[in-house]
Amino acid sequence: MPHVRLGGPDRIDVRKTYKQYIGGAFPRSESGRTYLVVNPRGDELANASRASRKDLRDAVRAARKAFEPWAARTAMNRGQVLYRVAELMEGRRDQFRTEVAAAEGVSTRRAGSLVDHAIDRWVWYAGWADKIAQVLGSANPVAAPYFNFTIPEATGVVGLVAPESSSLLGLVSRLAPILVSGNAAVVLASETRPLPAATLAEVLATSDVPGGVVNLLTGRKADLVPVLAAHVDVDAVDTWGVAPDDQAAVEISAAESIKRIARRPPGIADAAFDWTDDRATQRPEWIAAFLEMKTVWHPIGA
Amino acid sequence: MASMATDTKPSAPVVTTGGAPNSWGLGDGQAIPWEYAPAPESREIVTIRERYGLVIGGKEVASSDGLTFSTINPATEEPLAEIARATAADVDAAVRAARQAQSKVWGKLPGRDRAKYLFRIARLLQERSREFAVLESMDSGKPIKESRDVDVPLAAAHFWYYAGWADKLEYAFPGRVAKPLGVAAQVIPWNFPLLMLAWKIAPALAAGNTVVLKPASTTPLSALLFAELCRQADLPPGVVNIITGPGEIGMALVTHPDVDKVAFTGSTAVGRKIAQGIAGQGKALTLELGGKAANIVFDDAPLDQAVEGIVNGIYFNQGEVCCAGSRLLVQESIAELLIAKLKDRLSTIRVGDPLDKNTDVGAINSRAQLEKITELVAAGVAEGADLYQPACELPDRGYFCRPSLFTNVAQSHRIAREEIFGPVLATLTFRTPEEAVEKANNTPYGLSAGIWTDKGSRILMMVRRMRAGVVWANTFNKFDPTSPFGGYKESGYGREGGLHGLQAYVLLEDR
Repeated sequence: MPHVRLGGPDRIDVRKTYKQYIGGAFPRSESGRTYLVVNPRGDELANASRASRKDLRDAVRAARKAFEPWAARTAMNRGQVLYRVAELMEGRRDQFRTEVAAAEGVSTRRAGSLVDHAIDRWVWYAGWADKIAQVLGSANPVAAPYFNFTIPEATGVVGLVAPESSSLLGLVSRLAPILVSGNAAVVLASETRPLPAATLAEVLATSDVPGGVVNLLTGRKADLVPVLAAHVDVDAVDTWGVAPDDQAAVEISAAESIKRIARRPPGIADAAFDWTDDRATQRPEWIAAFLEMKTVWHPIGA
Repeated sequence: MASMATDTKPSAPVVTTGGAPNSWGLGDGQAIPWEYAPAPESREIVTIRERYGLVIGGKEVASSDGLTFSTINPATEEPLAEIARATAADVDAAVRAARQAQSKVWGKLPGRDRAKYLFRIARLLQERSREFAVLESMDSGKPIKESRDVDVPLAAAHFWYYAGWADKLEYAFPGRVAKPLGVAAQVIPWNFPLLMLAWKIAPALAAGNTVVLKPASTTPLSALLFAELCRQADLPPGVVNIITGPGEIGMALVTHPDVDKVAFTGSTAVGRKIAQGIAGQGKALTLELGGKAANIVFDDAPLDQAVEGIVNGIYFNQGEVCCAGSRLLVQESIAELLIAKLKDRLSTIRVGDPLDKNTDVGAINSRAQLEKITELVAAGVAEGADLYQPACELPDRGYFCRPSLFTNVAQSHRIAREEIFGPVLATLTFRTPEEAVEKANNTPYGLSAGIWTDKGSRILMMVRRMRAGVVWANTFNKFDPTSPFGGYKESGYGREGGLHGLQAYVLLEDR
């Protein structure tokens, strides 16, 4: 099977089993199933885990458990933790470049640019951790003797249907803004290009991101998206990677528990989106999509 | 009373009623009987017409099929007026009028001019405040002292606040250009008809949108009087369109393909249907839905002040408030004392004619709502909680409900889980702050919470732990146009009020 080859041509290489990442561990799917991943030319790359509904429920449980302590970290600490992900990705830059080139069928040079952008994305969003409250919060001059203020807080458990075409940069661009405010994520990686995402999970596992804050599944969207959208312990869904024809069904299901929905901008096809456009992808609005605003009336008096 | 200490039901339910009405509860049998003379607000200031049409494109029109429905005074069960029942064709005409006004007139006006119109509306509301207050109390059943002192002044204040934003949008959102979304479809509830109208219309218009608003079918009159006020302000035709009718007309409105923005305040069940009805259409949506707020009283709270706050939290507007403090969480050590004080206070609550200036609790908005409340109170008794109601006399006619206080409530009881939307308080106890947090957050809702303690640091610790959009400390049910309001979880999304409320009505483009 052709594959991502990191050794020289004369060596019998040691190939990797790509797994899921749930609660800080790397289990195979409880279903025992995998699916074959090919590159855009149709060449075989590897077998990826094919997550089941049970895997998804396990991932939501792990995310729920991780959410509160992650949100309770200081903003500066969360910023440093995300920055650390960039540091570790930098160290694995060549591996990611090779894997993205293989997954997306692009040149190594192009893949290198995509990886660089992905690393820089973590840096950009990491810096927001201790600023978003100052930009999106407010002190409100109410006409009564109260100190009234509004602070943003993380929504909770966010389901991310990752972009389908952009295996790494698209995923990172959507994941970092979810995490920076203190949300925990359940990620469905690109179905057709899942391998760089599975490797990103290895980076997350060895970074300081606590186990369960990011849970990453690979598999068939048809199996998983309906379960994610319907799960009552998921607070919000990022539907970027949902096919246009499925969007309404996802929203109908998500509305059962009044989930927050983030969508692709109108008129933008997943495959046509330019993830290297920093202005389009580095947006505080992408953080705000997974925030709740809490308003406090604190009495003023002796 | 010792059984208060636990959530489990130790014995048969107890239903008690208080002593003589209007007693001061001085103890030693020293109760002083006290009768208030009637103090009715004159209804002369309001002229209610026999019929009202829809307001579309600045004109009042009958519904396209000529059908009407009546709105009644819930305190007397007498019909007040016949109201046009909009059809799908009327909805379409209203949306077209709004689109036309947005693209041709309102969207092109400089912010400065939009501001002036909104200031005019604020001033007109102040000028005609008494008229609005009386009309609101007649149509909704809420006490005149609340419509006069809360609903109408706050509605005017909302227009005042957002008027000032209309020509300052460029300062509101750093790095972005704020553009109007277009046509907003707004569906509002019957508990604060005029105030909810203001929350919806003021930010929408400030940002350059036009609106089609549907008031609740039991309380359309203040919205229709507001349309008259828009005419008086010379607001361009079509900027504010009012359509009236049942829920399915609201659904026809929000699902109309030419609507850009949907804003809904009401029950979680209907909010869910609306979100599903517009699924996949890409419309902007804000939902302000139900709640089951915890009002948490710690042992160091100023108890008399807390009692007033608890009463205001759940009996304000007959408890028909989405953010009502319907679950009282009391620290165990003070539960007995607090409940005694609360029962004492309840005996002084005056239930009756909404237009009487001394009335504390008016009429329930509709027969259907009264039946729902009655059913849930019965469920509370049937499930084993102890019910206390003061022995106040209720009027012979109209939809009235005694203020109800449940003790010995378990978290599993329906009265502790379901939004009752009535003057019914469910009391639970806790020992530690940790337990209070757990119980307060143990609900799919997350709209509001109250915290009563003398300790500022504890207030802020609890604030941090509450999964709720509005947290009141040593107060409850306070509102202000500058203060964002809205929920977590199944209480909805988006905020109304403040800069955050403005954001719900703008499209942000890169500079």
